[in-house]
Amino acid sequence: MTLHLEIPEETFAAILAKAFRNTAFVTGFVITLLILAMALASYVWTPYDVTKLVISDKTQGPTLAHWFGTDHFGRDILSMIMVGARNSIAVALVAVGIGMGVGVPLGAFAAARGGLVDEALMRINDLVFAFPALLSAIMITAIFGPGAINAIIAIGIFNIPVFARVARAGALAIWPREFILAARAAGKGKTQITIEHVLPNIATLLLVQGTIQFALGILAEAGLSYLGLGAQPPMPSWGRMLFDAQTRMTVAPWMAIFPGMAIVITVLGLNLLGDGIADILDPKSRRQR
Amino acid sequence: MTTYLLKRLAIAFATLVLASIVVFAVLEILPGDPARLMLGMNASTDQVELLRNQMGLNAPLVLRYLHWAGGLLSLDFGRSYTYSVPVIDLVRERLAVSLPLALIALALSTVIAIPVGLFSASRRGRAGDTISMGAAQLGVAVPNFWFALMLIYVFAVWLRLVPAGGFPGWGAGAWPALKSLLLPAVALALPQAAILARVTRSALIEVLNEDYIRTARAKGLPYRAVLWRHALRNAMIPVLTILGLQFAFLLAGTIIIENVFYLPGLGRLVFQAITQRDLIVVESVVMLLVAAVIAVNLLVDLSYAAVDPRLRGRR
Amino acid sequence: MSLLEIENLSLDIGDMPILKDVELSVAPGEIMGLVGESGSGKSMTALTVMRLLPHAARATGRVAFDGIDILSASEDQMCALRGDDIGMVFQEPMTALNPVKTIGEQVAEGIRWHTKATRAQAEERARKMLDRVGLPSAKFPLSRYPHELSGGQRQRVVIAIACALKPKLLIADEPTTALDVVLQAQILDLLRDLVTENRMGLLLISHDLAVVTEMADRITILRHGEVMEAGDTARTLSAQLHPYTRQLAQASMHVPARPKTHLAGAAKPLLEVEGATRDYSGRRTSLFKRAPDIRAVDDVSLSIAPGQSVALVGRSGCGKSTLARMILALDRPTSGTIRFRGETVTGKSEAHLKPARRDMQVVFQDPYGSFDPRQKVEKLVAEPLHVLDKNPTRAERRERVAQALHEVGLGPRDLDKYPHEFSGGQRQRLSIARAIITRPKLVVADEPVSALDVSIRAQILDLFAELNQKLGIAYLFITHDLTVARAITDEVLVMHEGKIVERGKTSEVLDHPQSEAAQALVTAAPDLHRAMARRMQEQG
Repeated sequence: MTLHLEIPEETFAAILAKAFRNTAFVTGFVITLLILAMALASYVWTPYDVTKLVISDKTQGPTLAHWFGTDHFGRDILSMIMVGARNSIAVALVAVGIGMGVGVPLGAFAAARGGLVDEALMRINDLVFAFPALLSAIMITAIFGPGAINAIIAIGIFNIPVFARVARAGALAIWPREFILAARAAGKGKTQITIEHVLPNIATLLLVQGTIQFALGILAEAGLSYLGLGAQPPMPSWGRMLFDAQTRMTVAPWMAIFPGMAIVITVLGLNLLGDGIADILDPKSRRQR
Repeated sequence: MTTYLLKRLAIAFATLVLASIVVFAVLEILPGDPARLMLGMNASTDQVELLRNQMGLNAPLVLRYLHWAGGLLSLDFGRSYTYSVPVIDLVRERLAVSLPLALIALALSTVIAIPVGLFSASRRGRAGDTISMGAAQLGVAVPNFWFALMLIYVFAVWLRLVPAGGFPGWGAGAWPALKSLLLPAVALALPQAAILARVTRSALIEVLNEDYIRTARAKGLPYRAVLWRHALRNAMIPVLTILGLQFAFLLAGTIIIENVFYLPGLGRLVFQAITQRDLIVVESVVMLLVAAVIAVNLLVDLSYAAVDPRLRGRR
Repeated sequence: MSLLEIENLSLDIGDMPILKDVELSVAPGEIMGLVGESGSGKSMTALTVMRLLPHAARATGRVAFDGIDILSASEDQMCALRGDDIGMVFQEPMTALNPVKTIGEQVAEGIRWHTKATRAQAEERARKMLDRVGLPSAKFPLSRYPHELSGGQRQRVVIAIACALKPKLLIADEPTTALDVVLQAQILDLLRDLVTENRMGLLLISHDLAVVTEMADRITILRHGEVMEAGDTARTLSAQLHPYTRQLAQASMHVPARPKTHLAGAAKPLLEVEGATRDYSGRRTSLFKRAPDIRAVDDVSLSIAPGQSVALVGRSGCGKSTLARMILALDRPTSGTIRFRGETVTGKSEAHLKPARRDMQVVFQDPYGSFDPRQKVEKLVAEPLHVLDKNPTRAERRERVAQALHEVGLGPRDLDKYPHEFSGGQRQRLSIARAIITRPKLVVADEPVSALDVSIRAQILDLFAELNQKLGIAYLFITHDLTVARAITDEVLVMHEGKIVERGKTSEVLDHPQSEAAQALVTAAPDLHRAMARRMQEQG
């Protein structure tokens, strides 16, 4: 939750070179890339067709034919994880987009205007924060009916105050800097200064928060679809797979183990990526080395 | 000090009022007529209309809000459509499960996280730090309901140490009841503990870079004494912030965890009430949870003032 | 016998050599001045003696304190020395104290730790020490928190912590750099008294040759981690055997050549400020009450003629920066009017301010903070072109930026660089290039050289003087440093508590100050000429 706002003063090449020496960044980057590749690959190829039910193959343990085993309808778990990745990534990514698209302008605006506008926007933020996010997501999906789109909206709404808060805090740290004063002395208005100077300087901060919210979005989507409020069958989703696995834990534990690990690895990868970026761009960590 | 306190109180109260309006408005636009739901599809329009009048559903919006909000203040939450009992009784019964669960989880998370964070910060960059922060990184990535399933598999199915789910009720004695809350509490607490440990560590490290830490070292205090006497208290502010936020997470987490373990708690109550369109129950429970979050945030704000003297004089 | 003896000290941090074969000694009751520009390794020398170096640092050589070999001492031994026999005072008083502990706790802590005194005994000693450093119990009880004190008062607390156990050696690392001249003089007096009272050795680290000359018995001059020259202060500075010593001394006293000084009166004034006042609303003390408003600038009037160079001097917090912001139309006066080229600026909208902005530019103090690190020089220096009526084409813009860079002594190759590729002095040149690109009539410079090393500062002052001659730009220099005012301005305004208390020709005001505030500033200001003269006299 602590913000490091000293601005890195390095060339792109130097940052890149450092990125490849950062274990967290490289690990996170590779994992994220693999998961994305897996989701994209599922559009053209999966080991088995996930829409076809093969009852004769039901609840088989991991074998050479089915690496991660099959579920109670005889569907291949690996194939379902691959297709489920699409859903998780799409929901979380669009939700981050909603949060950033609305939250960042709000936060930047609040910081630029200050005074009553700022106070009012921040109180609204407090209000949204007072609702436990998952509870509200459940309410929203209950109102509009379950489904991937509504899950996106539900998660996206709760990303808005997060980005608003981060953008505001970041912008407030930039505004008193002398280069902003210099821009004002050059006759530039608040909007222009926000676009030209403030936003570029808080971009890395937002990038780091973006990866964090992406990871949280994956977890939230899994939770919602576990409760039956996310993507609906027959579209496979990781959370739904865990729900199906729950009552069969004694006979088919692999049905729970592998989808869960898919979630853990994805979230881990994104968190490592975020940590890595923060680490590379944080001048305080640079000073240590 | 009093100004700070009064301002925080006023903000908390205003947030609560606004939240109640939001909850009321959201549920107003929920599809489905509760009177129709209670009477079933075969009831005539007249019967439904009669019930709607009885339930006060035909009164003007503002009146209905005031009636409902007034009820909340006097702890009269109305009657559940589906259970046909006063909501307050339902809540009281379910709270006896959810509140201990959330408190045990919060205590567990704090008791694990703060020492781990301290340990890691004091051994920055060494093996102990790397291992515990690696574990925390993993812990943050684990969805609590999946972790719960794994716990059930290991401790209930395999080792048969604790029940896999259900709740015997406090009437059956404290131990069996606590035993059935143990796994759910661990499942809730560990991912939160991982986050809190990371925050504690980074807050401490941030503080350890401050100039006044160097002043304290120049006084002749050894590193450990500086950590305890100077760094810890200054690092408490971000830690308290996260603790406050985690309370909301834990409350929401109970909804899923109670479903995993078939615990008759508030989370399960509200989840079922939503699917059954039992509006009055949903409204009441959501308001209760929101009030709890606001109260905890107020407590966090007040504890800032206790930790940081700069806040006492100001605002 | 020396108290502290450093021989052949070399220090590396990672692969970076910081110090090389440094020799230095401090005797009991002696003040040793360690002088050097930024990056010379003077702070690292101090931290080596305290053994508070960063983890990656490796020191070799010999550091002996009172017979103890510091470099090979155990951490426990070091803890016993720190705060008891060796005390240290740091540069930044605002952040050197723990914000959540009372000053009493912080002074008493070291006493209790080292002497095993009871809390009551330790508090009594802390009380005495705070009284000694000029924080009497009536106004500064032990229960005060750091945020309730000013910078100068905080530095006194830090000194109280460092000297609470009457250390044999005190290390003071730029103890007055963050303070204004009047506070600086007070703190230096305090340190000098503590040295004589306790026969304490003092290692005084400073970038300011004048301060060290006034204080130190002997000096050591450090550059790029190596000792250039060391010896008796008066002799070293009068002989100036080493070229670097000469360079430092000359740069410290540098006065740019200004053949034609401008005098006010003749032409129509360029800038007129009439009765400008700025109030800030007081802090809320309770829900319904506010503290009375704070008057930062109080009924100030002044005028500047075209091409004239005026200094606005005063202690920190006297309102000079607020006044500058109002002149630049970055802040609105509560009352009063500001006219620029005969036109009122106050209360105008940003669009109507454009012509005024074109002719009025600014140079800030911090050469690092005044550039957006994400933009290239071309865009940064071109920023004021925004106020032109017609936006220049890309080629025109590049041409004008190149021209401005040329005028401040930078080349066209610098157009496509980022600010971090420049040194502090070069950045200040960029800052000036940005200020002159619109060919302004007035440049307001807020402490433009106070963050620079002396040799760089001499060059920047020369540049200011040159541009004044060549382009006829008028300056308003805001500074707390009287040598800057003397070097480059024709007229000086002395500001105190929001009011202008004295004005006149620079040399007259600085040589014969009339007002109390101006006298305080002049006597407190460190002056290398004066300090050297006094040293010579003492030694006969």
